[in-house]
Amino acid sequence: MGTKTMISHSFRIAWKDLMELFRNRMGLVLLILMPIFMMTMVGFIYPSDNILSNVPVALANQDAGYGNSTIGSQTFLTVFNGINNSTGMLTITNATDIDTIKDLIQKGDVQGGIVIPSNFTSSILSGEQGTVIIVTDQSNPQISATIQAALSAVFQQMGTMLAQQKVQALNPAVNASYSLAIVQPYNIQSEGVVSGHFSYFDFIAPGIMAMTVMMSVMTGLPAAISHEKEVGTLDGMMVAPINRLSIILGKTLAQTARGLLQGVIILALSSVLFGVTIHGSVLLVFGLLLLGVFSFVGLGVVLTSFAKDQETAMMLMMTLMFPMMFLSGVFFPIQQMPWYMQSISSVLPLTYASRALRKVMVLGAGIPAITTELTVLIVFGVVMIAIAVPVFKRAMTR
Amino acid sequence: MIEVRDLTKKFNGFTAVDHVTFDVKNSEVFGLLGPNGAGKTTIIRMLSTLTRPTEGTARIGGYDIVKGDNQVRKLIGLVSEKMIMYDRLTAKENLRFFGKLYNIPKTLLNQRIDELLELVQLTKWKDSKVGTFSTGMRQRMNVIRALLNMPKVLFLDEPTLGLDPQSTVEVREFIKKINKENKTTIILTTHMMNEADLLCDRIGIIDHGKIDTLDTSTNLKKLVSGDDTTVLKLEIPNLTKKMFTAMQALDCVKSVSQENASHIKIHATGDEAFDTIIDAVRAEKAKINSVENLQPTLEDVFLYITGREVRDKADNKIPVRQHGPFRQKRRIR
Repeated sequence: MGTKTMISHSFRIAWKDLMELFRNRMGLVLLILMPIFMMTMVGFIYPSDNILSNVPVALANQDAGYGNSTIGSQTFLTVFNGINNSTGMLTITNATDIDTIKDLIQKGDVQGGIVIPSNFTSSILSGEQGTVIIVTDQSNPQISATIQAALSAVFQQMGTMLAQQKVQALNPAVNASYSLAIVQPYNIQSEGVVSGHFSYFDFIAPGIMAMTVMMSVMTGLPAAISHEKEVGTLDGMMVAPINRLSIILGKTLAQTARGLLQGVIILALSSVLFGVTIHGSVLLVFGLLLLGVFSFVGLGVVLTSFAKDQETAMMLMMTLMFPMMFLSGVFFPIQQMPWYMQSISSVLPLTYASRALRKVMVLGAGIPAITTELTVLIVFGVVMIAIAVPVFKRAMTR
Repeated sequence: MIEVRDLTKKFNGFTAVDHVTFDVKNSEVFGLLGPNGAGKTTIIRMLSTLTRPTEGTARIGGYDIVKGDNQVRKLIGLVSEKMIMYDRLTAKENLRFFGKLYNIPKTLLNQRIDELLELVQLTKWKDSKVGTFSTGMRQRMNVIRALLNMPKVLFLDEPTLGLDPQSTVEVREFIKKINKENKTTIILTTHMMNEADLLCDRIGIIDHGKIDTLDTSTNLKKLVSGDDTTVLKLEIPNLTKKMFTAMQALDCVKSVSQENASHIKIHATGDEAFDTIIDAVRAEKAKINSVENLQPTLEDVFLYITGREVRDKADNKIPVRQHGPFRQKRRIR
């Protein structure tokens, strides 16, 4: 039997599968909704800049001043408001004293508090340290860290300003930038591979694309074949004089088309809603998605052969899908995981697909930069298919 | 046309088909008759290359079902117990899809699809989705689907299962027509005696994976009746256990079975059987409402051969509808 007939049979089967898919309105709606949910959910649950914003905080200014001057708290508030207005980290509510703040925290109206004690100005003017008290909500450690970070930024800037003034007072000839260099001789500047602002979406979008496309093949293939087996229609194909491979091939084609469609939806969504851009070649992105599919086909077929009915198939899928989702660095960087988890991660093809895709989409990498990932995906795919074909043939004619 | 030799299938130690041997002649209608679970479907699945035999061989049109499976597939058509149809595709789309798998040229295929749809009076619904069809319509579709490649051998697995009487008659007529007009060799399985009697040239009675007896319907019946067998059906309103045992004790009586509270069926041999039985019944002070002298049916044959009634087992497992979202559970084949 020629390869040509086999391919043409595969196309017939793929066409038939897609036809069934497009006639299923509900399924089609879900097909489009799933990536939308996935993107919006994951995108909005995880903070996009690692820092919280608009945290409600109560402020009690109890500064009694020194003589008539409240210069200490005034400077603090000016700098504090200046920084806060630009970052939008905190939302300030005024309170009278520390007990009111504690009440407000317990009621849940605010998530933390700042108290400027009555001796703030007098301490500074008399040459002592000026202390600001933070009231923390122990049930939410992340918030107190945020407030602390905000305040230390404020004090850093106040300290720098003060030191600059003192340097200039000592030597009026020094200009402002030199005085800054004297106070803070070192500085950090970060430089990305590509320019522009990046958010968490840029990190997860490639991963989710890779995941959706590959999962749709890995889960779709066993589900589709075991469904047909159960309904009995698979027999109709099996009694026809066609190569058994064209059944897998056709099913894979249909599932790939479905997966790619979802991939495109994700890409469109992420660029329209979340401002994700592809910095590398779009063609390479799709090439990578296809390669990802290829690497998963064998696995899908092996699972198909093991799954006797649809229910078992679905359960098998779920068991494999979840670890793969979380261990492949789609949502969290792999480097965060302990070493043993990292080693599991390093054998999952999805890890390589999402890493390569990320390199291309975010960093604008070309083929030379992702040869390792490409090799792994190709080898994994070939090995799995080599295992899958005989297993499938046996399983089909038990 | 078909030669089956010692065909055996075991599933995890359970022997579903046990060294079955038979031949089917060209353009013959061959019936496999037996209760559900007897192994009929497994035989069909092995012959149609869907299941690999554990032991033994079979040849169809000269090709081995394992080594020459693809050659065999070109010769056969399968009407499975389950509907081989995609609900979301129309009648025509379904037929076209399966037709393409047989590499039938487009114009020829379209022509054949039209003919087949016309043949089973479904032309009107050719562009409707199969999911909207009634069970009878679906089964007619199921049958013509198997005829797309003009098979030399047609396998029919319980072709009238779950159909209403009218559809049953239609499908049976259609099967006869295919056999007569196309000279198609047909192997059909059924657990219905009258169906086997009506359609089959020869019948193999199968139970527990073995073919017990194989012959024409007429010869099978002779097995039971011999020349001097009498089958009597008596209606005795005041039937007692004692009468029953008295009946069984008679020398000429071979078996007595109770059909319901007042009816018994007696198989007996010998010229004097009729008189002897009636006398015996009278002696027990039985009131006889009616006596029927019955011709043996295939059911009697089955009872005679396997020692139990086919319906006992069959009725317990009458399969549910074949379509809809909740399908029949898999059963051991």
